[in-house]
Amino acid sequence: MTSALRRAAVFFALPITLLAIWWFASAGSTDFLMPPLAKILEVFPETWSRHRLTHDVAPSLIRLAVGFAGALLIGIGAGVVIGSSRVVRLFAEPVLEFLRAIPPPALVPIFILVAGIDNVMKVLVIISGCVWPIVLNTVEGVRGADPVLAETCRSYRIGEMLRLRMFVLRSASPQIVTGARQALSIGIILMVISEMKAASEGLGFTIREFQTGYQFPQMWSGVLLLGLIGVVLSLLFRVAENRVLVWYHGQRAAARVSR
Amino acid sequence: MLEIRALRKVYEGHGRQVEALHNITFSVRAGEFVCVVGPSGCGKTTLLRCLGGLLPPTSGEVTVAGAPVAGPPDGLAIVFQEYGRSLFPWLRVAENVALPLKSKGLGKAQRAAIVGESLAAVGLADAAGAYPWQLSGGMQQRVAIARALAFQPRVLLLDEPFAAVDAQTRADLEDLVRSVWQRFGVTLLFVTHDIDESVYLAERVIILSSSPTVVVEDLAIDLPAARDQLTTRADPRFIELRGHVYAQVQKAKRSHE
Repeated sequence: MTSALRRAAVFFALPITLLAIWWFASAGSTDFLMPPLAKILEVFPETWSRHRLTHDVAPSLIRLAVGFAGALLIGIGAGVVIGSSRVVRLFAEPVLEFLRAIPPPALVPIFILVAGIDNVMKVLVIISGCVWPIVLNTVEGVRGADPVLAETCRSYRIGEMLRLRMFVLRSASPQIVTGARQALSIGIILMVISEMKAASEGLGFTIREFQTGYQFPQMWSGVLLLGLIGVVLSLLFRVAENRVLVWYHGQRAAARVSR
Repeated sequence: MLEIRALRKVYEGHGRQVEALHNITFSVRAGEFVCVVGPSGCGKTTLLRCLGGLLPPTSGEVTVAGAPVAGPPDGLAIVFQEYGRSLFPWLRVAENVALPLKSKGLGKAQRAAIVGESLAAVGLADAAGAYPWQLSGGMQQRVAIARALAFQPRVLLLDEPFAAVDAQTRADLEDLVRSVWQRFGVTLLFVTHDIDESVYLAERVIILSSSPTVVVEDLAIDLPAARDQLTTRADPRFIELRGHVYAQVQKAKRSHE
């Protein structure tokens, strides 16, 4: 067996097993709320028709992308500023702890007041949740920069912008990636939640519509779809991570070998 | 080229004062190769950091090419001891060497030419595309030297650059530094705790006492300019000089005990 095949086999082994258990355990279920998996899969293609994908799923994913990108921008920017200065850090810390402790869903009513019920509100909800792990990890990453490299930059008088791009951000990138990974899973949750109140389209809205309309197989198929989206996004994330952190993984592997 | 006058450095912290450098005065002429030796903990690295503008002295003055040092000065490059931590692990070898040139505002073609030349000078023309962590310790320190050369400094400071490499690599790197010095005509100040190394490399050896540090002796090394690991180290004059430096360092250590 080639290694690609083996990896695929390992990747799918547990999901297939779980689906099989679900399939047989739910077969012949007469519980209205828990339809058989066979029934859920049967309604899946018709439920997630091309129309629904473009009118509900795509807008959700676009809002997630915009919110996630916004959180990256704000989070990394704030993290660099806070992480670079001890004074700023001392002032910012209590505020950060306070803001971070507020569950973003609790902000939905406030965002509705200030931003209405359309895309802006939903993107704001996503940003308000995603930004924290990115800020906090960026701060740690910036603080953890190697002092010898910092002196190297100083002694070669590397300019501010070049220093930011080639030293500060790159040396914090492993932590930034960790924060971004946490933010992505929070973002998916908030994408759904932001659509459950005051929405007229979107994946979360649609799932809720099925629930209130007693279309439980369709509702379950929406949950399955959400899971699949999560898997695809995490695979995409890993591809991006491997590109950004080639050096980091390589360096760690080299250190392991030499030890 | 390099003037150090009555340099004093006191570290303060936790209600305790540590005088790392008491009173250091010496100068290095343009194009000279000077080694600074002293017992461990004598403030060699502190001295070098003051010269490089990375650390403000408590009193006294340092000038490079006539200009007082108030921050990292123009035309001065440092090679740090921790080669593994002074190269950017996310940049390839050539990018590491090119970074200071980029900051200087040199164009792409010009950068590539200087980088190629510097890497060739340290025997690493083939490693341009590698990441630093793919190289051995000695090769990493060569990259750091190439980066310093590419910067085209008038003064090059090296802080115990070979303390962490094995003996054979060390001999190669010593010869490399000599040849680079002769070829590029740079003023070179080399800090080391290794007495043999200082005598083998330098035209002049500055011997420091242990802390609080002063200059014990400023010794001219009258060995022929062409040096060789075998013949120079077997030269009776070499043995005499290293014996003298050794005795001075021992005396400097004892005087404070």
